[in-house]
Amino acid sequence: MADNNPFPGENNTGHIWDDNIRELANPPPRWWMIAFWASIIFFFGYGVLYPMYPIGQKPTEGVLGWTQIKEYQEGLDEVAAVRAPFENQLKDMSAKDILANPGLADYTVASVKVLFGDNCAPCHGGGGQGGPDYPVLADDDWLFGGTVETIEQTITMGRKGIMTAHGKILSDAEADKLVDAIVAGDPMSDPNFLQKGCIACHGMDGKGMQMLGSANLTDGIYRFVRGGQSTKDSVKQTILHGVNDVTDPQTREAVMPSFGERLSKDEIKKLAVYVYKFGGGQ
Amino acid sequence: MSAEQKSPQQSAIDELYDEAEHWNLNTGEETIHAKRLGGNWRKIKWLSASVWILMFIVPYLRIGDRQAILFDIPNRQFHILNMTILPQDFWMLSLLLLFFALLLAVSTALIGRVYCGYFCFQTVWTDVFTWLDEKLEGSPPKRRKLDKAKLDFTKFRIKFTKHLIWLLISALTGISFVAWFYDAYDLWSDIFSLQAGSTAYSTIALFTAGTYVLAGYMREQACFWLCPYARIQGVMVDNTTLVPTYDFKRGEPRGRIVKGQSEDERTTGDCVDCKQCIAVCPTGVDIRHGQQEGCITCGLCIDACDLVMEKLDRPKGLIRYESLDVLEGGENRPLFKRPRVWVYGLIMSAAMAGIGYGLSTLDALELKVIHARQPLFVLLSNGSIQNKYTLKVLNKMTKDVPVTITATGPEGLILVDADGITAKHGKVTPRTVFVRVPKSNLKGETTPIIFQVEGEISDEVFVGTRMSVFIGPKY
Repeated sequence: MADNNPFPGENNTGHIWDDNIRELANPPPRWWMIAFWASIIFFFGYGVLYPMYPIGQKPTEGVLGWTQIKEYQEGLDEVAAVRAPFENQLKDMSAKDILANPGLADYTVASVKVLFGDNCAPCHGGGGQGGPDYPVLADDDWLFGGTVETIEQTITMGRKGIMTAHGKILSDAEADKLVDAIVAGDPMSDPNFLQKGCIACHGMDGKGMQMLGSANLTDGIYRFVRGGQSTKDSVKQTILHGVNDVTDPQTREAVMPSFGERLSKDEIKKLAVYVYKFGGGQ
Repeated sequence: MSAEQKSPQQSAIDELYDEAEHWNLNTGEETIHAKRLGGNWRKIKWLSASVWILMFIVPYLRIGDRQAILFDIPNRQFHILNMTILPQDFWMLSLLLLFFALLLAVSTALIGRVYCGYFCFQTVWTDVFTWLDEKLEGSPPKRRKLDKAKLDFTKFRIKFTKHLIWLLISALTGISFVAWFYDAYDLWSDIFSLQAGSTAYSTIALFTAGTYVLAGYMREQACFWLCPYARIQGVMVDNTTLVPTYDFKRGEPRGRIVKGQSEDERTTGDCVDCKQCIAVCPTGVDIRHGQQEGCITCGLCIDACDLVMEKLDRPKGLIRYESLDVLEGGENRPLFKRPRVWVYGLIMSAAMAGIGYGLSTLDALELKVIHARQPLFVLLSNGSIQNKYTLKVLNKMTKDVPVTITATGPEGLILVDADGITAKHGKVTPRTVFVRVPKSNLKGETTPIIFQVEGEISDEVFVGTRMSVFIGPKY
């Protein structure tokens, strides 16, 4: 082809199609060459500044000493720096003092949300809405008390409610009658409430005792009701099998683990404020 | 191929190429040194360009202790005279953009690329830069000679001065732009004491470099190959649009003046082919080829042609603002018979009405209510149902206001924790409140509830309301 080039002297490559379409050997445009060389220089420059060449076990470190984990740490430090002025104030304050200071209480609620999500939400729900077997934190019905100090204590020490199974001392019919009286909001109307010793823990008025963690039976709030189950069936089951009664295999399990060793004092203090602020704190 | 072998198709194609022979693609190989002449359109161009002076001055005007117009991005507030616009009102910005986009469309449909020719910053800054060219380097022939001359001391001095002034104007442009977003007086002291933030410096650098390169070097190339509006506007022009037009019926056949020939013996048209229209064109086009992509419709060729016609005692307006319809002997369609003008006009009025509505209903106090979703409601031990709401009180005024929150809804409702709120100025103040309603008073799963915020500043009462729902158990 080169011997018989129909378009001599125009610096074509000798590749010709359809009589007149031919490939020319023109240099690429200058801007393209500049960008080409600039990208090569960038490549080597990047390799000097940042980790890149896989020599030996580890890649070269790069003169900037940049690592992902370092950048992550810097991000964390930045957050800590923003929080520091608040955290320093919180250190020497009690949960009650924090609640009395609206600005700090708002800060506490905003900053401890993640901690609540990690430690508490699995049982109590992200908004403290509770669930079957797990108490609602957003209402004002507290088994052990709803002051911020008690909440703090509950988180630190954990809680374990006790109710003996009454299946052995109550017939089925008696249990049904007692359940009716409780759900109607007036447990005292059934003589068995007194005779079978319910008042020992739940009190003469059936309103429970926070010292013992016994439930208020008059407010219509039941923690063990599962989906699809009627309130009466649930209450009956609790009466017959008790709570945390080791002698009854069908007993209710109700344990709040202790967080005193898992979380720091300050974290627990902040969590107590957070729970208090759900709307049921007393 | 020799002429004898030409097929009919081939001759037709050759003819096409012959017609396009004058076609010159301006890709910037040659710097265009346009001649500067006076004239009416020249005056209008200076006048419209001078609107840009506002950009340099307005940031220094102040109302009270703050800048009259300040787009405060870090604090998310736009201050325009006495108004403060917060991000919540930004929907108006989209209407404003719509309005201006259609203003561009309607003006283009009526009078062509008038924005390009008289107002566009690319045109205006290029005009100022070329004016400096003329002042420092002389007329176009002198400039071309200087460009070709070897670099000696004189050339270096002239070029150095010019580029220095270009850079100064560019830097001033950058600083003035940033001054709309930054307290203008602080900006100057911050710049020189190295206190301005990196955003300010990089924006100034970007605008300085941009102005220097675009107005100093790219010039008409930006209009030809960079600007999308030029292309968009090209398709908005129609037969009724007024654009600078060469009256070929009057001008052709063009020909030079023959000495001693009287006007009666003249066989040529009015165009004397003096090429003044090309010489003055800032984008280097020949208007006599008709409307084309390079034409920014600045009217400078009209000035040049009129000047020549005046000298020759021929009627002015051989090049004039004219529509294609009229040039071809037709009539101009009246405005009300042009549907595009109607449609554009309608959309523009709708946008303006929206902005007007927005500005007139800018509430000083605004209330947002967010109902807690987890849990939706809680049963309390006294039999009430409790709902949790986050209230967000937006105060657009310049002072903090103590506000009272009230709620109306289901009978017997109690609002808890809503006391003692002070709405901080220019900010959203959040507050979590609870509403308790006796269960027996609830008729359904959801009940409407209306929150109201009320604040008082110097005897004027501002109110904001927001509807929400109160949620209870299923029945």
